[in-house]
Amino acid sequence: MAGGTERILRGRVKAMQSTKKITRAMELIAGSRIVKAQQRVQAAVPYSEQITEVVKDLAAAGASFDSPMLAGRDEIKTTCYVAITADRGLCGGYNAGVQRATEGEVKADVLSGKDYTIVPVGKKAEGYFRFRDYQLSQSFMGFSDQPTYEDARRIGEYVVDLFVSGKVDKVELVYTRFITAGSQEVVLRPLVPLSAATVAGGDGKAGSTDGSGSSYEFEPDPTEILDTLLPRYVEARIYAALLNAAASEHAFRQRAMKSATDNAEDLIKSLSIVMNRARQASITSEIMEIVGGAAALDGGDNIGGYVDMGDDFFGAQLGAPSAPSTRSASPATAAPAAAATVPDSGTATATIERPVNSVDGDEDLTPGDTKS
Amino acid sequence: MAEALKVEVVSPEKVLYSGEADMVITRTSGGGEIAFQAGHAAFLGVLVENHTRVFQTDGTVIDLAVHRGFVEVSGHPTKVSILSDTAEMAEDIDVARAKEALERHQLTLKAESVDATIADAVAGKARAEARLTATGTGFTA
Repeated sequence: MAGGTERILRGRVKAMQSTKKITRAMELIAGSRIVKAQQRVQAAVPYSEQITEVVKDLAAAGASFDSPMLAGRDEIKTTCYVAITADRGLCGGYNAGVQRATEGEVKADVLSGKDYTIVPVGKKAEGYFRFRDYQLSQSFMGFSDQPTYEDARRIGEYVVDLFVSGKVDKVELVYTRFITAGSQEVVLRPLVPLSAATVAGGDGKAGSTDGSGSSYEFEPDPTEILDTLLPRYVEARIYAALLNAAASEHAFRQRAMKSATDNAEDLIKSLSIVMNRARQASITSEIMEIVGGAAALDGGDNIGGYVDMGDDFFGAQLGAPSAPSTRSASPATAAPAAAATVPDSGTATATIERPVNSVDGDEDLTPGDTKS
Repeated sequence: MAEALKVEVVSPEKVLYSGEADMVITRTSGGGEIAFQAGHAAFLGVLVENHTRVFQTDGTVIDLAVHRGFVEVSGHPTKVSILSDTAEMAEDIDVARAKEALERHQLTLKAESVDATIADAVAGKARAEARLTATGTGFTA
């Protein structure tokens, strides 16, 4: 019974230790991937900066801005939300953050009588919204931790098509922006139509080309360039969002796995204490049984052979008490205990004192522990 | 040469090339090949699949296969930015694979009648041709 609890506890400690190994490994992997993901975010910056430049220069050069992707609709009837989450869980509140933000927007739309559709990116978004019966469009998944530009292109083509064909009047991106390894935030960014403000650029660079900027040569003509350029621009925006999301996912996962590892450590520690206490309690009770049995035998003179053997045997064992050796003695307990029909005498009580005290001293047991 | 061009070849995933050059040759959609030197007028063009050459100031030539994108030339000193959808340095191109792809797409073009497949094959053929020209193996546009 006492040995039973100890065995159960030992099993739990073992299970905790292997869980800890797994979470520790995931923590380290996520940690190393954050760096890589961050580098990819950085590497994507020049392209998106330059493409923004080109769009601004086109604007400055007076390209016609009646492209369908630039024209906002007067009445927004349907909004499309592109929710970017991970494919896997075990990353703390990462997925929940995006899901909650999207759900909030959708509920606000429904309340104000507008229509919506969700384009889930990542298995977790797909599962969450499908389970709750939201209106879904096509979903994209299988690349959340290492997105490629090709993935961004597929999403881009799909949402641009949704918008241009008039099925939706507005496309918004919901993703987790990576600020530093320590802080990320869920953001909602308008994607299509491209606002004139983004395109015309507030940093004044397009205007500062002092006339020379407006004398661009175009091949083919500006409007045609803009038409090819804008889908690329949308793709670059989506790609940047995907990369940010991937970096955030790794950061979230590292943090979640770090606290999981810490928790496992705490659990192992407290379980070990309980386990050791149970072990000590069972050892103590075994010793008490042995000693009790021996004392009982000591009292009886008619079975002298047993008494001699028992005395020497237990004395030798108690001289070097350790858990296994005490346990090995336990089968021997059966015989004396069975024979212990002799009533206790005064001498027996005296002999109990000695071995119990010596056990206390060697095993470092407090009296309280012995009783528990 | 008095002035050097600042050249950048950028793809969405990374900066492929960045440095100074005397001249850059690329190919625009409908306009054929075009070369830029320092002092070129501001220019903005759409690129097709092509073999882009960067003549560096130290005399060496960098060959790249650029698959669609844009080129922007502006400013003093003149800066040439090539924004490609995908781009590869010549030394990174798998020639055997490109040749095989070229043959495959040529076969498809002969046999197919579905529009979408043809469009795919035409694009694939153009990519393979750009790769082969960039590596200088058996194809000249």
